[in-house]
Amino acid sequence: MAHPALMKPPARREIGADVYSEKLGMWVFLGSEVMFFTALIGSYIILRFGSPEQWAAPGQILNIPLTAVNTFLLICSSVTMVKAFAAIQDGDQRLLKLYMLATVAIGAAFVGVQAYEYTHLVHAGFLPSGYSAGSELAERAAEGLLPVSVGVYGSSFYTMTGFHGFHVSVGVICMSFVTWKAYRGAYTKEDHRGVEVVGLYWHFVDLVWIILFTIVYLV
Amino acid sequence: MSWILPPGASTFAGDIDFLYYVILVITGIAFVVVEVGLLVFAIKYRARPGRKAQYIEGSIKAEIIWTAVPAVTLVIIGLMSGGVWNHIKGRNSIPPNAIPYEVHVKQFEWNFTYRGPDGQLGTSDDFIVRNQLHIPVNRPVELQLIAEDVIHSFFVPAFRVKQDAVPGMDIRVWFEATKVGEYEIACAELCGLGHYRMRARVFVHSAEDYQQWLSDRAAAADEE
Amino acid sequence: MATSAVSLEPAAHVEAHELSFLRKYIFSTDHKIIGIQFLLMSFVFLLFGGLMAMMIRWQLGFPERPLPAGQLLPETMAPGGILLPEFYNSLVTMHGTIMVFFAIMPLLVGVFGNYLIPLKLGAPDMAFPRLNMASFWIAFSAGILMMAGFFVEGGHAAAGWTAYAPLSADPEWTGVSGGQQIWLLSIAILGLASIMGALNYITTVVNLRAPGMTWFRMPLSIWALFVTAILVLLAIPILSGAAIMLFFDQTIGTHFFDWTDGGQVILWQHLFWYFGHPEVYILILPAMGMVSDIIANGSRKPVFGYHSMVFALISIAFLGWVVWGHHMFQSGMNPTLGMTFMISTMIIAVPSAIKVFNWMGTMWRGNIRFHVPMLHSVGFVAMFVIGGLSGIFMASTPVDIYIHDTYFIVAHIHYVLFGGSLFAIFAAVTYWYPKMFGRMMNSTVGKVHFWLTFLFYNMTFFPMHDLGIAGHMRRIYDPSQYEFLQPLAPLNRFITVSALLLFTVQILFAANFIMSWFKGKKAGENPWEANGLEWTVASPPPHGNFAKVPTVYRGPYEYSSPLVEEDFLMQTRKLASDVDPAAAGP
Repeated sequence: MAHPALMKPPARREIGADVYSEKLGMWVFLGSEVMFFTALIGSYIILRFGSPEQWAAPGQILNIPLTAVNTFLLICSSVTMVKAFAAIQDGDQRLLKLYMLATVAIGAAFVGVQAYEYTHLVHAGFLPSGYSAGSELAERAAEGLLPVSVGVYGSSFYTMTGFHGFHVSVGVICMSFVTWKAYRGAYTKEDHRGVEVVGLYWHFVDLVWIILFTIVYLV
Repeated sequence: MSWILPPGASTFAGDIDFLYYVILVITGIAFVVVEVGLLVFAIKYRARPGRKAQYIEGSIKAEIIWTAVPAVTLVIIGLMSGGVWNHIKGRNSIPPNAIPYEVHVKQFEWNFTYRGPDGQLGTSDDFIVRNQLHIPVNRPVELQLIAEDVIHSFFVPAFRVKQDAVPGMDIRVWFEATKVGEYEIACAELCGLGHYRMRARVFVHSAEDYQQWLSDRAAAADEE
Repeated sequence: MATSAVSLEPAAHVEAHELSFLRKYIFSTDHKIIGIQFLLMSFVFLLFGGLMAMMIRWQLGFPERPLPAGQLLPETMAPGGILLPEFYNSLVTMHGTIMVFFAIMPLLVGVFGNYLIPLKLGAPDMAFPRLNMASFWIAFSAGILMMAGFFVEGGHAAAGWTAYAPLSADPEWTGVSGGQQIWLLSIAILGLASIMGALNYITTVVNLRAPGMTWFRMPLSIWALFVTAILVLLAIPILSGAAIMLFFDQTIGTHFFDWTDGGQVILWQHLFWYFGHPEVYILILPAMGMVSDIIANGSRKPVFGYHSMVFALISIAFLGWVVWGHHMFQSGMNPTLGMTFMISTMIIAVPSAIKVFNWMGTMWRGNIRFHVPMLHSVGFVAMFVIGGLSGIFMASTPVDIYIHDTYFIVAHIHYVLFGGSLFAIFAAVTYWYPKMFGRMMNSTVGKVHFWLTFLFYNMTFFPMHDLGIAGHMRRIYDPSQYEFLQPLAPLNRFITVSALLLFTVQILFAANFIMSWFKGKKAGENPWEANGLEWTVASPPPHGNFAKVPTVYRGPYEYSSPLVEEDFLMQTRKLASDVDPAAAGP
């Protein structure tokens, strides 16, 4: 049997999409991610319409200014990601590495700020299960300054932002891997699929955040 | 072995059973056509030496016929069903003169609250009977199902009545019994280890017997 | 780089002949090996699922008698060999769970998706072979985790394979906590494996087809697997999201389904069935696709109405998204929604009907060879139509009032999943066995297995329609509690005996499978005289599948073509009148 690697270049395959496989695979995967977040966000919408009295007004419990800055950071990281991709399209290895590092750093910072926000909220008494007994927020609720119960508010907040944060963290890890490969010279002007594909994932994660920030923090 | 429904004892049975039999006939015909067809084709077109299959790729006409006929048939079944559904489950279809009951459903029993002699639910003369629903014949009744723990389902086969009882939801089911007698209530939604024994009974009384039962109950309550 | 040049030969294949046993057979990236791994794993789970069914049937047929070998079970499950009600509920739950998620779905999607897609499209492997390997081992891990649930305190999940809240959300109602949590985690992990597989299948079908293999020259088996992969991609994440929410309700005190603190009980049902209805099409479409291939081959005729069949597949998949409420007609959902879901459900029956008639049309005026795969495939059509027709009763919302949650539903489920999917699996395994293992399964044993299975299968499940008509509820440990069910005890016994016979007869299939592996007649490249690309290579095919990239000149169903003497004409055979597809692309 002739070894596959030794045979002559074949006639062109029937290509259904003018996109290389890794990119098509990423788009398809992102389709599944859309459905995942749809389940969470759809449930949030149903639960909120069903129990609106559980939702505190914007800013009453959540820290909008801090998260707004965090949102800005995440958007910046998408910009640096785009710049990294543009760099390697031009064959610029130096800028590729620089911008990938920047993206990873900002992404990690986003996760850090979120983790800080979570600890602050938990400390104040806002848990996935609602108020924690005897906490500062529970007392304010008892005084009528906050909703009596935030059981589903807490549940949806932590689940939606938590899974988003998980996706960001996975993204940071993948981008670190891509950055490391960039340092090893794995990407060229002709072939930099890994950069493009991880970039697609990163932009998606950013887009989901913009939606979440709007509906979770601002509405 | 039979596809005949057991006897019905409510006003719903007529409509539901009719729909069932219509569907049975239609699906029965389809069943015979397909199975006999398959058998006939299997025998008639089996391979024999010297034969060749006919190279046929399809037929637009056939596709149109066997798309349209099922589609039209199913739409008709749907339209026939819609009116009956609305009559039974429609939120505005509960007769205003229906006798109201509350049913507190929990693992693993049915507690029926009767409105008592004053004719009002939610007053102090209401009384509860466990696992027994007493109703008069030929009068609509309305049950408010209040599930206290998990989902249960109120099922009276003879009345063709089934309605899930969902904790946290205000659920009403109504029906009108047409035959005096005793019928069984079953739970039709898995609700835990005792699901299989969540049995209760409906007692359908004549109008006089129902009044008698109510006053006997009231008298017994007075003695307590 | 934005070129469309597709990498043809993943570099890993260059060292194929130097791989260790571990890399070649255990951690293989070869889609054929992975397909066989899924096959072996699924058969083991099919056996477990079947054993559970036997235990359920024993309880329903002979409730007073101890289960044979029941003393082996612990006291928490069956003291003295008599099943406890809690354990019965668990069995009912786990039978459904294992059969749906670890037997039928991997058998159809994991085995045949993996095995057939690259071969039938002329590709050397999947687009992402290492992802493929990961997907198997993740599925396998999910399976191990699921089985672990039997050994935790409180027993395994017992809220039905549908896991309705609040029963499933709070251990207070069932005494089960660890078991349900393991169930949820296992399902989520399996979901990940499914999504990985789906994206591999989709990418491969879109981008790795051989020259000449245009969309409408793909076999229906591949069309079905492709459409199924899209359904998997879009439906499974919904289940993952729902499972996570339920897991959190169970573990960290969230309130998604907790009506006492802002949650909504029916939200679970909406989420589950939004996934669940596409899921049942995932469980049938690949079966339909493969049966189409086999019926054409057996009849020596093209599939009647190939384009209609493709559009029927796509319509079923599309419509499958808007019918989920028909599982919830009696749930307390707004009755007006009941009407809309009834209409959509009635409509979705149409493309299935179209397929049944097209299969019959394929046999009409054929020259039918009743090899074992053909027997099972015709059996599939005969059984699937019963399942489909019984669905019409429940589609009518008023009739559903009576038959919802009765054995009529159980009959329907099993006619489509066993009479349908499993018969198709028997057909497909027998048909592609020579390609997978290089040997034929024994045809006589195969025919005896088919007829006995067909007989005992119908004896088991057809009477369940009657149970349902009589009002027999589902998931009932002891029907004798109800006077109206007591007269049905003899029928329950009859069903149990038939089921035991049905289960026993499967030994024939298992023995045939195992013995043929060692002693079966050696198979050539094309033992069925079929047209697909997989029949152009050795049985089993070498690593990389095709020595030269094949060129496709026609569709897959050119049986009894007037162009040639033989009654089959392979897709890759070049006739004098054929033209090569363009060498350079757009």
